[in-house]
Amino acid sequence: MTGKSQKVVVLGAGQAGLQTVVSLRQLGHEGEIVLVGDEPEAPYQRPPLSKGYLKGELERERLYLKGEDYYAEHEVSLRLGVSAEAIDTAARTVRLSDGATLDWDALVIATGARARRLDVHGADLDGVLELRTMADIDRLKPHARAGVNVLVVGAGYIGLEAAAALTQMGAKVKVLEAAPQVLGRVAGPEIGQFFLETHRAAGVEIMLNARLSEFVGEGGKLTGARLAEGDIVDCDIALVGVGVVPNMEIAERAGIRCGNGVCVDEQAKTSAESVYAIGDVALRPLTHYRREGRLESVHNAIEGGKIAAAAIMGAPPPPIDVPWFWSDQYALKLQTAGLWTGADESVLRGEPQSGRFAVFYLKEGAVIAVDAVNSPPDFIVGKKLVAAGARVAPGELGDTSISMKEISAKALSPS
Amino acid sequence: MPKITYVDANGEQRTVEAKTGMSVMEAAIKNDVPGIDADCGGACACATCHVYVDEEWLPKLDEQQAMEQSMLDFAENVQSNSRLSCQIKITEELDGMVTTPESQH
Ligand SMILES: Cc1cc2nc3c(=O)[nH]c(=O)nc-3n(C[C@H](O)[C@H](O)[C@H](O)COP(=O)(O)OP(=O)(O)OC[C@H]3O[C@@H](n4cnc5c(N)ncnc54)[C@H](O)[C@@H]3O)c2cc1C
Ligand code: FES
Repeated sequence: MTGKSQKVVVLGAGQAGLQTVVSLRQLGHEGEIVLVGDEPEAPYQRPPLSKGYLKGELERERLYLKGEDYYAEHEVSLRLGVSAEAIDTAARTVRLSDGATLDWDALVIATGARARRLDVHGADLDGVLELRTMADIDRLKPHARAGVNVLVVGAGYIGLEAAAALTQMGAKVKVLEAAPQVLGRVAGPEIGQFFLETHRAAGVEIMLNARLSEFVGEGGKLTGARLAEGDIVDCDIALVGVGVVPNMEIAERAGIRCGNGVCVDEQAKTSAESVYAIGDVALRPLTHYRREGRLESVHNAIEGGKIAAAAIMGAPPPPIDVPWFWSDQYALKLQTAGLWTGADESVLRGEPQSGRFAVFYLKEGAVIAVDAVNSPPDFIVGKKLVAAGARVAPGELGDTSISMKEISAKALSPS
Repeated sequence: MPKITYVDANGEQRTVEAKTGMSVMEAAIKNDVPGIDADCGGACACATCHVYVDEEWLPKLDEQQAMEQSMLDFAENVQSNSRLSCQIKITEELDGMVTTPESQH
């Protein structure tokens, strides 16, 4: 059977799953498509959840990735509120929680990731919330107001975005972080220090090197959190933002090779014939870094959807972009390109105090990543430098009298 | 409801009815108009929602913010009538036309 008439079943109706469907139809796929999602919502975007949606600036309707009519018009059968339970790779079927069994010619695992739960006493108290789904934020919203005491556990992007939004809404926010810096897993120390100072200046109390030992409550309701040293921090609600766990159990149970995610090749193919994995759940080759990694970003979800659709259709693969990401906190937009892990040098460009600067990360002289704060030129040119594996003298990168256009012209021109 | 016509790089036109308050990018995405990728979903972080705005329309739009200007400054194939469509809010007076570039990447 040719690619365009195959029956495709996509597990997970998130950003990656939806992109697969959209790309398949754009590439002229004519066969049956079923999109299965365990959330009750049609595919929506998550980034605004911890930003505009939490603040009430963006209505729910604007979160949805497609209009209601899209699915019928493109003959996509959307099965929401149903979870996939077991894949049979030999029989090419998947069993769903509503009892149905679907057969498929190609299967795409786009089940994403779930918020990591804290394995501490009291984690199930009323008032301990997560920051992953629309339903999570809808539970948080009634508490998002002036005077409420909020404890954010984990100073990653999502926790800090929520801290910023809630502070702007008048809540009293404390952040607990086990590491000695904020954003430690995703950005270098200069960026961590900058965001630490920004949050403190906005009135957020940030506790570093602080470990949570348990949540405490009364009558099933959260009243505070006990630290490892024994101190109790009072709070009305706690937001747990300590990373995610890939939803890969369904693949593991089917005997599909997994590591810290479902293992795939450049074409998003898993170890099972005609089974693909994309988005947050996939452990994929990182083209620009000659290693594997699991990425958690919109860019990766969209690219994964395009890759899987092209592979199913036998179409040429899409261009592979440098990993990129953004985060909005207060009036700051952080834009990241590349992955900074493994950097042996970092170069500051501009003055952090000005609220507009960037940090470039180099490895053996080549630019491998950039974190740009309110500075699109550094982000856009930085992304091109990373893609090209360009070498730029640190002295030039750090010199704002040399424009990014000049740097790009010099570093990227064929010599 | 205002109507917006999107013209793709091959000259093909698609007209959609757009709700006021939404962005020109959102009206395109919700109506499955090709040519606008909008990878960041309107966060002014990706520049894959680049459009050329019909000259007649230009003066009716809100002024560009610094972020948008800066993103556009480095986008591909930029012209004097380039805008990021996620930053154009649809209002009642905006019955108009935008052209999408050949590629957003
Ligand atoms: C609050 C928040 C803010 C973010 N901000 C940004 C940002 O600013 N920029 C950025 O680039 N990225 C951001 N991200 C990350 C980005 O949203 C994710 O990387 C992206 O959504 C991943 O897409 P996905 O489709 O792989 O997974 P998901 O969006 O998680 O979708 C997977 C779906 O599959 C469902 N599912 C799981 N198991 C099953 C099953 N067995 N059967 C059926 N369905 C199943 C899940 O419930 C979910 O609905 C943010 C994420 C969050 C949570
Ligand atoms: S949608 Fe990303 S900049 Fe407009």
